[in-house]
Amino acid sequence: MAHEHAALQHHFDDMDQQLEASTLGMWAFLITEVLFFGGLFAGYLIYRTKFPEAFDLGSHELDIKFGAINTAVLIGSSLTMVLAVYFAQLGQRMKIVFFLFATLVLGGTFLGIKAVEYSHKIHDGLLPGPGFTFDSPIADQVRIFFSFYFAMTGLHAFHMIIGAGLLSWLMYNAWQGKYDSSYNTPVELVGLYWHFVDIVWIFLFPLLYLIGRN
Amino acid sequence: MSTAVFKPSKSQLADQSDGASNYLNAGFSAKSWLLTVDHKRIAILYLISITLFFFLGGLFAVLIRLELLTPQGDLMQAETYNKMFTMHGIVMIFFFLIPSIPAVLGNFLIPLMIGAKDLAFPRINLLSWYIYSVGGLFTFAAIVFGGVDTGWTFYTPYSSTYSNSNVILVAVGVFITGFSSILTGLNFIVTIHKMRAPGMTWFRLPLFVWAHYATSIIQVLGTPVVTAAIMLIGLERLFGFGIFDPKLGGDPLLFQHLFWFYSHPAVYIMILPGMGVISEVITCFAKKKVFGYSFIAFSSIAIAVLGFLVWGHHMFTSGQSVYTSLVFSILTFLVAVPSAIKVFNWTATLYKGAVSYDAPMLYALGFIGLFTIGGLTGIFLGTLAVDVHVHDTYFVVAHFHYIMVGGAIMAYMAGLHFWWPKITGRLYPEGWARFSALVIFIGFHLTFFPQFIVGYLGMPRRYHVYPEEFQILNVLSTAGATILGVGYLIPLIYFTWSLKSGPKASANPWGAKGLEWEKASSPPSQYNFEKTPVVTEEAYDYEPTIWLK
Repeated sequence: MAHEHAALQHHFDDMDQQLEASTLGMWAFLITEVLFFGGLFAGYLIYRTKFPEAFDLGSHELDIKFGAINTAVLIGSSLTMVLAVYFAQLGQRMKIVFFLFATLVLGGTFLGIKAVEYSHKIHDGLLPGPGFTFDSPIADQVRIFFSFYFAMTGLHAFHMIIGAGLLSWLMYNAWQGKYDSSYNTPVELVGLYWHFVDIVWIFLFPLLYLIGRN
Repeated sequence: MSTAVFKPSKSQLADQSDGASNYLNAGFSAKSWLLTVDHKRIAILYLISITLFFFLGGLFAVLIRLELLTPQGDLMQAETYNKMFTMHGIVMIFFFLIPSIPAVLGNFLIPLMIGAKDLAFPRINLLSWYIYSVGGLFTFAAIVFGGVDTGWTFYTPYSSTYSNSNVILVAVGVFITGFSSILTGLNFIVTIHKMRAPGMTWFRLPLFVWAHYATSIIQVLGTPVVTAAIMLIGLERLFGFGIFDPKLGGDPLLFQHLFWFYSHPAVYIMILPGMGVISEVITCFAKKKVFGYSFIAFSSIAIAVLGFLVWGHHMFTSGQSVYTSLVFSILTFLVAVPSAIKVFNWTATLYKGAVSYDAPMLYALGFIGLFTIGGLTGIFLGTLAVDVHVHDTYFVVAHFHYIMVGGAIMAYMAGLHFWWPKITGRLYPEGWARFSALVIFIGFHLTFFPQFIVGYLGMPRRYHVYPEEFQILNVLSTAGATILGVGYLIPLIYFTWSLKSGPKASANPWGAKGLEWEKASSPPSQYNFEKTPVVTEEAYDYEPTIWLK
């Protein structure tokens, strides 16, 4: 065998085996994530069917501008992420760092907008709990809508924060020149994770913001 | 091969020199253990942790059985009793049974059995032990601060609104530990797919590996759902979210659905790895090729798949629709098919084998009997009309203890004895081991068989007082629990003794088939094999017995 790659771990025979194992591992992890969010989506669907009026009312309280801008920001971040993976495969160090940074900035923008949105909702008394105020005979059910809103977007935002940490770690390593055409698995795998988190939002946006508005 | 192989004698000792380097003498500092990425050392870390939790959970069981010695509540109040059975369930299920065989034996053996140097993700493997430990610490803290009283099932709205005990701490503990289970499962799946040695095809894999593959699927698909459900309980208690709160129109039943979507398959997380152990032990001590290899392999997968479709049988009396219950009842019966296939195939493997009765085999035979009783009473409970009668009685308690203690723990003990020489390089004292296997078997029956009867007569579970006519059966049960407790203490003593004073084991003291026996020393070297083994034969390729010759 030719001389071994520096990134090859001791328990793998070659780089191909290592790449295949890592990739399968990430996909299996994403399946776990699908089920994690799936429990919440299932709950949402059940209550949406049970209380359609309340969910429409709740949906009208959400600011579609924020939601739409954030959707665009996230899709943009997927593009920059893909470009980071692309340049990692080509081994162009500065471009990897640049596009990872761009992804990080867009992710940060998303979280910033989300924070503003949350503070508006909390200010309006829409955070479920004893302080929840909503002027409607079905306010209790609207509160359930907001329970789902905060639980699902909160879990999603938590995944974004983890993603931001991963991007920072990748940027550091890319800066050090660790990724090139022969080894770029971490960039590719974080890319998979990042796209998954984007896709979750692609489902959350219509379910929470759009469905109630005909 | 000569016929001597049928009776592996304990005199086949110490064929390796004392100075041989192995994973145990590769380093002695605390750091070399706590920061190890060696799957074998991580298995040992798990072994120590889960043993602590096993005896902690056992302590609660002792207190429960002591209280139930008399019909009155003399040892503790109702609230204390609620905490006892809750902590018993939570500790035993989440911190002992679920990690037991996979995280200890699976962790140690899967790379050895498939001819790999390690699991696919050694660092994630270590991480999963730390995650487990942090979850364990939260739970332990909750116990120290006064425990939790919701039952291990955390049913809403009691857990989300009314309980005044440490629900949050325990929920965080269980939530965290879930990720450890997911990561272990994920690691096994990738390892089994990508790390097999040359020639180790899927249908040459030991059945132990198939069983763990099926288990891992459940861990990866099921655990996140209960994690989400427990997260929602946390949000409800901390912030007043209302998803399960009936006052707001929320539905407590949704929690039960999400909970059992994981927690029924979790039963198979506990039993499937045990079935894998039994397949290994039965073939070795019958010195015979397993009967119907592919049927046993696929029945593991079938159990994993069907296991996801039967959760509603925990909710027959909770108000779900009759038609839903009917479907869940029928699907529940279906699980009996792959389970029975395994039992029949193990029995057929014994037929005309050269059977010997060493301790692992005694446990394995015990498993088959106890699992069959547990499984058949499961059919009773899956039947709608019978379930309505015995629901929430001691009949149910007896049923699942036959599966989890009679099944899972017997298999764990079988595996621990079987691979002890491989893991530690030492032989345990066979006489004591057979004796304690017998003590456990007797103690187990005496503990739980009376509970079938008392349950059928109508004694409900989860009460600390009961009518006087049930006392005799309860005294029998407590007496049995005492014997059972002694049965578990004896192995603790002789296993610990054997670490220093047990005779050294040869590489293959049982004359067993499999890479871990035939190609690795006892204990294995740091990277398992001198060079990557090449597999040229099917699993359990034992010589035909004398009778067939």
